[in-house]
Amino acid sequence: MDRTQDLRDTRELVLSLRGISKHFGAVSALTDIDLDVHAGEVVALVGDNGAGKSTLVKILAGVHQPSSGSITFRDKPVTLADPSAALGLGIATVFQDLALCENLDVVANIFLGRELSPYRLDEVSMELKAWTLLNELSARIPSVREPVASLSGGQRQTVAIARSLLLEPKLILLDEPTAALGVAQTAEVLDLIERVRDRGLGVIMISHNMEDVRAVADRIVVLRLGRNNGVFEPDASNQELVSAITGAANNSVSRRASRRQAQTGQAPAPERRP
Amino acid sequence: MTKGAEQNTQAAPLLDRSDERVKHAEGIGGSVRAFWDRVRSGDLGSLPVVVGLAIIWTVFQSLNPVFLAPNNLVNLLFDCSTVGVIALGIVCILIVGEIDLSVGSVSGFASALVGVLWVNQGWPVSIAILAALLFGALIGALYAVLFNRFGMPSFVATLAGLLSILGLQLYLLGSTGSINLPYEAPLVNFGQLLVMPDPVSYALAALPGIVMFVLGYRTAARRREAGLSPQPLSSLLLRPVVVTVVLEFIVYYLNLDRGIPWMFGLFVGLVVVMNYALTRTKWGRQMLAVGGNREAARRAGINVRFIYMTAFVLCSSLAAAGGILSAARLASASQQAGTGDVNLNAIAAAVIGGTSLFGGRGSAYSALLGIIVIQSIASGLTLLDLSSSLRYMITGAVLAIAVIVDSLARRSRASHGRA
Repeated sequence: MDRTQDLRDTRELVLSLRGISKHFGAVSALTDIDLDVHAGEVVALVGDNGAGKSTLVKILAGVHQPSSGSITFRDKPVTLADPSAALGLGIATVFQDLALCENLDVVANIFLGRELSPYRLDEVSMELKAWTLLNELSARIPSVREPVASLSGGQRQTVAIARSLLLEPKLILLDEPTAALGVAQTAEVLDLIERVRDRGLGVIMISHNMEDVRAVADRIVVLRLGRNNGVFEPDASNQELVSAITGAANNSVSRRASRRQAQTGQAPAPERRP
Repeated sequence: MTKGAEQNTQAAPLLDRSDERVKHAEGIGGSVRAFWDRVRSGDLGSLPVVVGLAIIWTVFQSLNPVFLAPNNLVNLLFDCSTVGVIALGIVCILIVGEIDLSVGSVSGFASALVGVLWVNQGWPVSIAILAALLFGALIGALYAVLFNRFGMPSFVATLAGLLSILGLQLYLLGSTGSINLPYEAPLVNFGQLLVMPDPVSYALAALPGIVMFVLGYRTAARRREAGLSPQPLSSLLLRPVVVTVVLEFIVYYLNLDRGIPWMFGLFVGLVVVMNYALTRTKWGRQMLAVGGNREAARRAGINVRFIYMTAFVLCSSLAAAGGILSAARLASASQQAGTGDVNLNAIAAAVIGGTSLFGGRGSAYSALLGIIVIQSIASGLTLLDLSSSLRYMITGAVLAIAVIVDSLARRSRASHGRA
């Protein structure tokens, strides 16, 4: 992709990770991870279960601290000691397990931790802003005054994404943003990701869905067992990606594919290493 | 809604009414139906306590006609205020999903401290009260540190506090065992005699309705301006009118006897302030968030430790305040103060009033409603000359029932998609 290549050279480097490692006791969740994200770029982070994607996102969100390595955000070395530090810098996160308070209504959740006028909550302005954000996402939320417990999974995802946009962040981390969504809502979220990118924000997106990844990502970074395992352009073949993700050309996905092709009487596709 | 308004809505859908799948309550009938739907799905609010109170009052009134006499009710309000203030603190701590079992001991120690400093040491009474409140705040801060830094479960930390502070109280009172407060002192007058003059009480009873209407009207105007659906004028008027009529009747009835105690006025004032803080400030919103989903609150950048700190400190400070009030009520600081059923009554009041033991749900008014239930039971049984053994058993059973209702309502809310 020439466009991405050009942009990467000229655009500001929003985030740069060098040699990030994270140990949980004897387990190394991440080892020597390098990652760059530029402004106006969508970087997809893919990998199998346990590859360390969520751990990496939690480090960037300030939930975990790295055991070693350096984080550079907008040309300054930073330490993300807690979630509010990350938010303060302009790193917004939409977590896989959503992190909404089910007992509070939609407005309260969107403005959680950022309420307007602390000593006399400005409910009208907050509700108005909440509707504006949700309408930008063309979200179908029945009422913003119902507790979040009454919303469906997709609606909760929308609320979570709307919340991350409230602060006008520089970098958005999306952990499985389309996992719980229907077809139309997935397309809307992908549209939204592109809109966010066009506004000059950096986006890191974790997904298991290769179709979604290829649809929006400018670069695909593969993690495997906590290590970098290749960077791909969005036009990379499914097979290349799967090989990088599983770490072997002869994996369960390719075996299944060749089995199915053998059944339909076609020759199995040649297998390549990345 | 009038026809014109209806057409208006159809022409340009309001921002929050554009989704046609949602039913919106229209008019008074709609409000009643919406309330019924909420109750059926387990969002009970203060309904159980109102029903419970009606049953309790009917039973006791039929057993002893003195029960609902104005004189007895005025006494009831005096007695409510002391434990009620403690229950208000319990509401704070329950909202964040923790518990303080030592409020009885803290209240007892606060009363002992006031007695010793004021009567025995001759300090000015205001300084003695301040010292007792400060002690309460310190205890709360200590619990918060144990909880935040050492991860000590709050019920263990406060259980340890219950015993230690009781010991401190016994040590402070020494061999004499009790200190009598001077009868003519303003503090004791406040706890035993002082009632509002009739005009003041009528004026104060009119205030909530007026404030409610003015604020509601202004909010409705702002919402209309912002393109959101305003509350219709009918329901905007209905609530303040009902509230004012009920309050004025209560005041009239109690003014047949001595009238509204100032101490009860102080308690209600604290409840109103707490309600404002919990529902209309950032701090209150964050308290509910921490109680509902601690991890979500942390990830939203809320200083969770600070929120726990404020909850523990408020709870213990209010417990100390309740202890001082009960010393004033009894005109003494004794070894018995704060022991027995004080702890359980305060917790029971908060839970009966509708504050969930599981965190994230509750209101300041639950302390007010709950303590009236608890105190009605105590007062009714006292009028029947029943011993405290029976009173303990009945209060215990009421607490158990309240927790069962809370638990069942929670399950029902979960299955109806309400938090």
